[in-house]
Amino acid sequence: MERIETANAEALARMFAAEPVLADVIPAREAMPGLKDRMILHAGPPIGWERMCGPMRGAVAGIIVFEGWAADLAEAERLAAAGGVEFHPNHHLDAVGPMTGMTTVSQPVMVVENRAFGNRAFCAINEGLGKVMRFGGNDAEVLDRLRWLRDTFGPALGAAIREKGGVGLKAIIARGLGMGDEMHQRNVACSGLFLREIAPSLARTCGDREALARALAFIAANDQFFLNIAMAMGKAIMDPVRGIAGSTVVTAMSRNGTDFGIRVSGTGDRWFTAPVEMPEGLYFPGFSAADANPDMGDSAIVETIGLGGFAMAAAPAVAGFVGAGAPSSAATFTRAMGEITLAQNPEWTIPAADYLGVPSGIDIRRVVETGIAPTINTGIAHREPGIGQVGAGVVKAPMACFEQAVMAIAEELGVA
Amino acid sequence: MSGHVVTEIRRGFYLDSVALMRLSREVAAMEGVVEAALMMGSPSNLAIMRDAGLIGPDCDARPNDLVLAIKARDAASAAAARDAALAGLDRPKAAAGGADAWRPRSIAAAVGALPAANLALISVPGDFAAAEARKALRRGLNVMMFSDNVGLADELSLKREARERGLLMMGPDCGTAIIGGVPLAFANRLRRGGIGIIGASGTGTQEVSCLISEAGGGISHAIGVGGRDLKREIGGLTTMAAMDLLDADPATTSVVLISKPPHEEVARKVVARIAASAKPWVVCFLGAGKLALPPNARQAASLRDAAELALGRPVGAGFDNAAAARGASGARRAGRIEGLFSGGTLAAEAQLVLRAAGRQVVSNAPVPGVGEPGQGDAGHDRIIDLGDDEYTRGRPHPMIDPSVRDDMLRAALNDPAVAVVLVDLVIGFGAHPDPAGHLAAIVAAAGPGHAPVVASVTGTAGDPQDRARQAAALAQAGIAVAPSNHHACGLALALATAR
Amino acid sequence: MGEAQDEAMTGAQRLLSGPVAVVNVGLEGFAAELRQNGVEAIHVDWTPPAGGDPKMAAILSKLGV
Repeated sequence: MERIETANAEALARMFAAEPVLADVIPAREAMPGLKDRMILHAGPPIGWERMCGPMRGAVAGIIVFEGWAADLAEAERLAAAGGVEFHPNHHLDAVGPMTGMTTVSQPVMVVENRAFGNRAFCAINEGLGKVMRFGGNDAEVLDRLRWLRDTFGPALGAAIREKGGVGLKAIIARGLGMGDEMHQRNVACSGLFLREIAPSLARTCGDREALARALAFIAANDQFFLNIAMAMGKAIMDPVRGIAGSTVVTAMSRNGTDFGIRVSGTGDRWFTAPVEMPEGLYFPGFSAADANPDMGDSAIVETIGLGGFAMAAAPAVAGFVGAGAPSSAATFTRAMGEITLAQNPEWTIPAADYLGVPSGIDIRRVVETGIAPTINTGIAHREPGIGQVGAGVVKAPMACFEQAVMAIAEELGVA
Repeated sequence: MSGHVVTEIRRGFYLDSVALMRLSREVAAMEGVVEAALMMGSPSNLAIMRDAGLIGPDCDARPNDLVLAIKARDAASAAAARDAALAGLDRPKAAAGGADAWRPRSIAAAVGALPAANLALISVPGDFAAAEARKALRRGLNVMMFSDNVGLADELSLKREARERGLLMMGPDCGTAIIGGVPLAFANRLRRGGIGIIGASGTGTQEVSCLISEAGGGISHAIGVGGRDLKREIGGLTTMAAMDLLDADPATTSVVLISKPPHEEVARKVVARIAASAKPWVVCFLGAGKLALPPNARQAASLRDAAELALGRPVGAGFDNAAAARGASGARRAGRIEGLFSGGTLAAEAQLVLRAAGRQVVSNAPVPGVGEPGQGDAGHDRIIDLGDDEYTRGRPHPMIDPSVRDDMLRAALNDPAVAVVLVDLVIGFGAHPDPAGHLAAIVAAAGPGHAPVVASVTGTAGDPQDRARQAAALAQAGIAVAPSNHHACGLALALATAR
Repeated sequence: MGEAQDEAMTGAQRLLSGPVAVVNVGLEGFAAELRQNGVEAIHVDWTPPAGGDPKMAAILSKLGV
């Protein structure tokens, strides 16, 4: 259909024209005017307390205590259950968050600016591995780290980024793809590249040598530090693609641990949801599928721009890590995603796969027609709050989301 | 017969019908198994399995679910058969593993991976074939549609779309084509040359092209148009396109047109198009009366005639009818001819030959002037087309698996009213690897007083089965081998009337 | 044959002038035989579109898939 092809061409053009730059780190309340006190942004499509999974509730309780809206976790849970806080998806306020994706007023958020379109997107700072809030952790250690991020690290990183005039992200991604990252389960190269870029500015702006050392060590010790930057970048790239009438391109994929949701350009801000699936993958020693929580997080925004599971060919090691098969089969995933996307990204190419461009512009029509669901690389959280990551794997976006979206587009275009 | 029935549905597991039928046969041959079916859950397949008592009325399989149904004498046999079937399903596919494991799932992706592609060969179930053909045409691919059971309206719209796009739409139900020497689907390795063929029938095209090639002539292209193309509803859209193509094709010096008698309006268009051509044409409308043709065209009465007119010389030179008749083993008696055919057009040609000889003929696929089998035809010649739907529902075509002929063949061999058994063997790509060996074994197992068997082999020396080797195996088993189906019919007549 | 002349040919004419390169949709054996004959052929790992749901397949077709 002519109208769809034209709209999709426009969608792709906007994706490829994006110029994402990490521009700042600022408190969430400054970044998002719509974010108020006693408002909690979470990962995935809209959800209330009563339907939230264990880790999500754990994170909610933790962040309430962190914000000082309750004295302890028990009181926090009562407050949440009684409707004392408002829940909204990150996506509704130009933000994204990994796993549980908690975003509240006083947290520092990284700001990625899409300089081609002037829009901004936000994501909190990655907390590192182990017991962390994004996996539902909420004890004193978790909250202390969040306070350090808020009071010390966030402001320091923001100052360094401002001093540098921003960090261009497209080039880092392009290099990372050649160094074995797919920007979802593997960010070791991009985190290192980012550290190289920011270290001189951080050294200049951070007056306290001990604080500087701790900041550098924090980035250096966290192989996934760059994930949250990549996520904000994904959001900044896809937001200008929203609302192109007739376009069948997916602008967001996201999960809240209960539902999987997608948004499609031609249907604006409507969510198409279906029950989220369990990831299939490998578990850390001592854990098994019985411990796993259903899939969670806004991080599938990186697949939406052609990274993560879509760029598996760049990261053979990840194919093994997530239990997706032999490293030599990694390219198979990328080629399969090529069947449900409109084009290859001309700038983000994968040297290991003969410079195949990452598959970009997920077309809901092709997903439904071929029955090939988008493949998402994901971390697996323990189903109990506070335990953290227990494995990594691959999860498929539920076909029902795409079927609903196809019906909606067909109605919109009067061919249902 | 009551038995132990095991049914299992695998959701979203698709395998092509040939692979499934192969596996069904393996499982059905196991000890204690009465019946076995592995089929995709299309409505027509579900009906077959319901009729066979293999599934209940509540089976909710969908077209992309695989249904495994086994009827066995006892629970242990059923379980063993089920395990074997599941193991067969999980057998790794040919190209599994490693970096090359990716296979496109759509025509769009396939064209992306092979940008030089210029033809889509489509053999998916009929319900889905038109949609795939449409996708192929929209990507600039010519189409050869092997699938059958495609609606007339779809056929018409596809052929119109192809015409608008300057593409060739062969089929539906197009079993054979040769493009620039490349055999497609059921086809033979032919000598290249200047004779072009346009065929509405698969085995007719195979017979004519093989006779020409074996006699030293050569084929430029053989274009299949599908069995309904020359009907009034389709109006010969593909035939006309093929005529334009071959008329303009520098590699083609003359053209043979093979079909059942077309609708008269369509026939007029075809004849007018021939009149506009400078090339010589041979028109073989099997069963048609005398046609008024322009001077550059000649009418062929049989497939053999078509080959000979195109070649300008006889085929099967040196064949001695009497010697061949003497060479056939079996008892001589006057009686009826039982023809058991895998090729539909070969069966039609046989009916025409026998009818022209003044014999009374019945057939399940009758040509004009021949009746269907029924009461009061006890002494009549009987020509059975085993490729007809009633024999191929849920099982492979006899060209792929000749065993559908076995029971009827055994019965005919030992039927005192049968004077001759007349059969065809069609070899080439896609066909059974050794139909002669299969046939020879059955004839060898018949008693000494069996009826003589006359056969022809449609194929060439270049085919994987090798025509000469197949003919030799038949002769070894005491089966008389004729150089063409037409010769075989003549030989059968001689044997049936001999005293 | 000159490039300009080639451009003027229809898709059907280009097929006859060859070489033939095949997208095979359905029976896998056909692709294998073509490759044995030295013909470029790619096999589509086909399953019924839209999971075999005819209603959805019809809508997709209207949406230009």
